[in-house]
Amino acid sequence: MRAVICAGPPTSGKTTVLRHAAHRLAERGRRIAYLKIDVQYCDEDETFARELGVPARKVYSGDLCPDHCSVLVLGDALAWAGRESAEFLIVETAGLCLRCAPYIEGALGLIVLEATSGMNLPRKIGAMLTLADLAVVTKIDLVSQAEKEVFRANLLDAADIPVIETDALHGINLEPVVRRMEATPELVQPSRLRGSPPMSVCTICAGKKEIGWEHHFGIVRTLDSDLFYRGQ
Amino acid sequence: MEIREISVIGGFGKTGEPEAVARLDMRMGDVVSIVGPTGSGKTMLINDIALFADANTPSRRRVLVNGEPAPTIFQEDPSRNPIALITQHTTFLSDLPVREFLRIHARIRRTERQESAVEETLAFANELTGEPIIEQAAMTELSGGQTRALLVADAVVIGNSPIILLDEIENAGIDRLRALKLLKRYRKIFIFVTHDLRITLLSDYRVALLRGAMRAIIPRVEEERRVASRIGRIDEIMVAMRDRLRAGEQLIERELLGDLRQVLDAPSAEVMR
Repeated sequence: MRAVICAGPPTSGKTTVLRHAAHRLAERGRRIAYLKIDVQYCDEDETFARELGVPARKVYSGDLCPDHCSVLVLGDALAWAGRESAEFLIVETAGLCLRCAPYIEGALGLIVLEATSGMNLPRKIGAMLTLADLAVVTKIDLVSQAEKEVFRANLLDAADIPVIETDALHGINLEPVVRRMEATPELVQPSRLRGSPPMSVCTICAGKKEIGWEHHFGIVRTLDSDLFYRGQ
Repeated sequence: MEIREISVIGGFGKTGEPEAVARLDMRMGDVVSIVGPTGSGKTMLINDIALFADANTPSRRRVLVNGEPAPTIFQEDPSRNPIALITQHTTFLSDLPVREFLRIHARIRRTERQESAVEETLAFANELTGEPIIEQAAMTELSGGQTRALLVADAVVIGNSPIILLDEIENAGIDRLRALKLLKRYRKIFIFVTHDLRITLLSDYRVALLRGAMRAIIPRVEEERRVASRIGRIDEIMVAMRDRLRAGEQLIERELLGDLRQVLDAPSAEVMR
């Protein structure tokens, strides 16, 4: 079993990249299972099942942080994909919190970013980018040559990982992504999270609604403190 | 790597038949138009070129550089890619001031002459567009024409791309013929996807597409330069009439007929002056 964990902000094109990649893997006779994790609604699993006829399912995190949810269900998901005799488990995460990195050791960690999200985006996200193995940039047909290059330079500045520019909507330049998926080694279990993202541990996640640091505990900060989060 | 020539080895059209044009060679300095009805595969052809297709796109075409398969680095790093593709949808998203934005691009692209490349880009963009670009303005505040002019100038000067693909720039609010004339100062391969009569006629040759296949390579003959020139004069008449409408004036039929007659009566030798 090989695992691909895909993260990236909403609307960046995660599903589009994974669909094109899955089509190409399927054309080569690879057996795939697909899991989508989201908060309260998604239908990508139905698309995968309909278009590719592969085992596909979803899980809603509800009140729980979706990346926390992902960590909890991944063990079961790997077992499920194994029962479906899949060679690849593709997990598409909700992609909501930029500080979180749902990647696990031994799986391909894939981040999808859109070139249209501004040249400074790579500098704004932490572990979701820095702990990934591969960055896929989408929507490059919409930005200038200059911004394409600056986006890549900023990406490489923030994380020293391979970058692949694509126009995923039209299926352009996805072949290198598929090659990288195929080159992923078999997952050795038990696998662990790569980093310790700050998932679902704060007082607000736990239901406290009062504003003002005096009402909270754990990690707190005042307006004047210079606590600064850098990611991993 | 010095690029002397890129070639497209024909593949298959949408109906599966092999392309009539088995090989298209474009040499440095060539100005090429890609023509054909909507849906004939013009954009697909330039996408194949931009991707250095290697029988791995729906057309199964192959693109060669100097007669050889393209080095993979062209695809792996946009700043090493010798092709700049500018489409109708390409735009700037940055809200940095123009000069600062160009400086950032120059810095990641060049080790020397950064400041003069920025100057040259701005000067060239200003030549392409009728409305001068304010350097302190944010990129996103530029008009459609200014944006297009700066996209082209940036790709030509700072990007220094040897191959420029322009997808229907006639709809983009820059003086297309002036642009073509100015672009010819730079020795590059320019490939225009166009429905525009005059851009087509001012190209060295044109590639006609039908149902996804390259149907023919048609050289521009001398007589067509005169045709282009006469059409240009008719164009000027129409532009002048539009300017008068914009100025709130009324148009006079007799004047139009007089202007058209001058175009008709001009001898061939004079048309080209």
